[in-house]
Amino acid sequence: MTRRCRAMVVISVLSLAVPAAAQVPPLAPAERYGTPIGSAGFPPPGASSCSGCHPASVSVDTSAGRLIGRNSSDIVTAVQAFRSGQRPATVMDRIAKGFTDDEIKAIADWYGAQK
Amino acid sequence: MIRSHSRRDFLKTAAAGASAAALPMPALAQASGGRIVVVGGGFAGATCARALRRLDPRTAVTLVEASQTFTACPFSNEVIAGLREIKEQQFDYKKVAADGVVMAFDAATAVNPQTRMVTLASGATLRYDRLVLAPGVDLRFDAVPGYTEAASERMPHAWKAGEQTLLLRRQLEAMPDGGLVVIAAPANPYRCPPGPYERASLIAYYLKTRKPKSRLIILDAKDAFSKQRLFQDAWKELYPDIIEWVSLSSGGRVTKVDPALMMVETDFAQHKASVANIIPPQKAGRIAELAGVADRTGWCPVEPVSFESTLQPNIHVIGDACIAGAMPKSGFSANAQAKVCAAALVRLMNGQKPDEPRLINTCYTIVAPEYGITVAAVYRPTNGQLVEVQGSAGTSPVEAPRSTREQEAKFADAWFRTMTGEMFG
Repeated sequence: MTRRCRAMVVISVLSLAVPAAAQVPPLAPAERYGTPIGSAGFPPPGASSCSGCHPASVSVDTSAGRLIGRNSSDIVTAVQAFRSGQRPATVMDRIAKGFTDDEIKAIADWYGAQK
Repeated sequence: MIRSHSRRDFLKTAAAGASAAALPMPALAQASGGRIVVVGGGFAGATCARALRRLDPRTAVTLVEASQTFTACPFSNEVIAGLREIKEQQFDYKKVAADGVVMAFDAATAVNPQTRMVTLASGATLRYDRLVLAPGVDLRFDAVPGYTEAASERMPHAWKAGEQTLLLRRQLEAMPDGGLVVIAAPANPYRCPPGPYERASLIAYYLKTRKPKSRLIILDAKDAFSKQRLFQDAWKELYPDIIEWVSLSSGGRVTKVDPALMMVETDFAQHKASVANIIPPQKAGRIAELAGVADRTGWCPVEPVSFESTLQPNIHVIGDACIAGAMPKSGFSANAQAKVCAAALVRLMNGQKPDEPRLINTCYTIVAPEYGITVAAVYRPTNGQLVEVQGSAGTSPVEAPRSTREQEAKFADAWFRTMTGEMFG
């Protein structure tokens, strides 16, 4: 049995033999969970809400504006124009007012880096 | 809601899910990412489960949901008005499972915060490091005298999309021209604040185009409602002789219903309805109460960075069930909270501090085909509550050309497609 197969059996025991709580190993302390996740994959504050309309996955079929892979500075320019009222908007004029320049930049960079 | 599944069915489902989950990621078997159980597969729960797997594939995520099919509430008012079919509201969990989320198609019946264990209706138990409760709302069948669960078969609430939605639609289709539709709207807080008024608008559209001699009356347990000015302007313009709104202070609160006689009573009047849509007050789904995370209001207080319950450690509550400060109970809010909660959970599981979040809500409402209006805001934690960021909150303009309304209706559709695509696609 390969290591991977053995691992799968362990999984099966963990998730399936559920009433036998005694078989489940004690809870691991946080340190055991492994290497801390870096910030790279985490959307900056606000970005995960933006993806309520502007998808974070390329595969999503929608007519909402696509931001994935767009030039970050173009996104920043557009949001700032929504915020100042220079560019007509429906909801983005209101939403843009909820973010600082730094926050907008971070969100734009994150979308720009998504593939 | 609770369906009976045999334990064997559960094991079969879990086994199928587990093998799909375990195959591509041997790392999971080393139990390095922690175990998260999510209860409730709606806008909050399904989003959270998937987001957890995407943020940290080492996380073992089990999603407990009684139904194999999700029926979305947003846009279900269009189904009631005959403008949309229910199948456009329905989604399955295949792609959620394909992301490595183990699906447990069962109802959660108990939570033990001490042993960190969730019990399912089948008798199975699930151990968790952190639990996410996203049970949505339960209807209070003890709140309006006469309005029991049995009464809802005659006077549908249609506040959980599915069979109730179709029942209300059938009743409208069967009602004679010249009939009276009564909508009873609850006091705050409740799921989807603009929902009763969107429903009134779209039923009025149906009546105007199909049964023009009919009328609709909204009996309200409050004196003000979401997007009120926009709604009332639209009603004046589109449905001037159809919709009447009776506020709380005008005697709008429903004091009794009699489903056998189809009577809806207030302190001042009795209304004999052809169709009665009673939207009762609500509370967090039952499992929240059983887990000890609901307070005396029936809703769940949480801290606003990770959505962890302030009443029980290691249990997070998201979506309609939680008290999210100024955020309304909407699908958009639930989705935003779910992603913030998922990111916080991954931080916590890795011994890190969660980031201070920003959350957005946008509630789209359709008052007629190609006529949409919105309310939107950005929220941030302040003194333990989610509050609106100054200047960000507001509705669509009161004075606006029809093209603006058309564009908002288009964006409403785009929002629904993005949201459901991200959740189930």
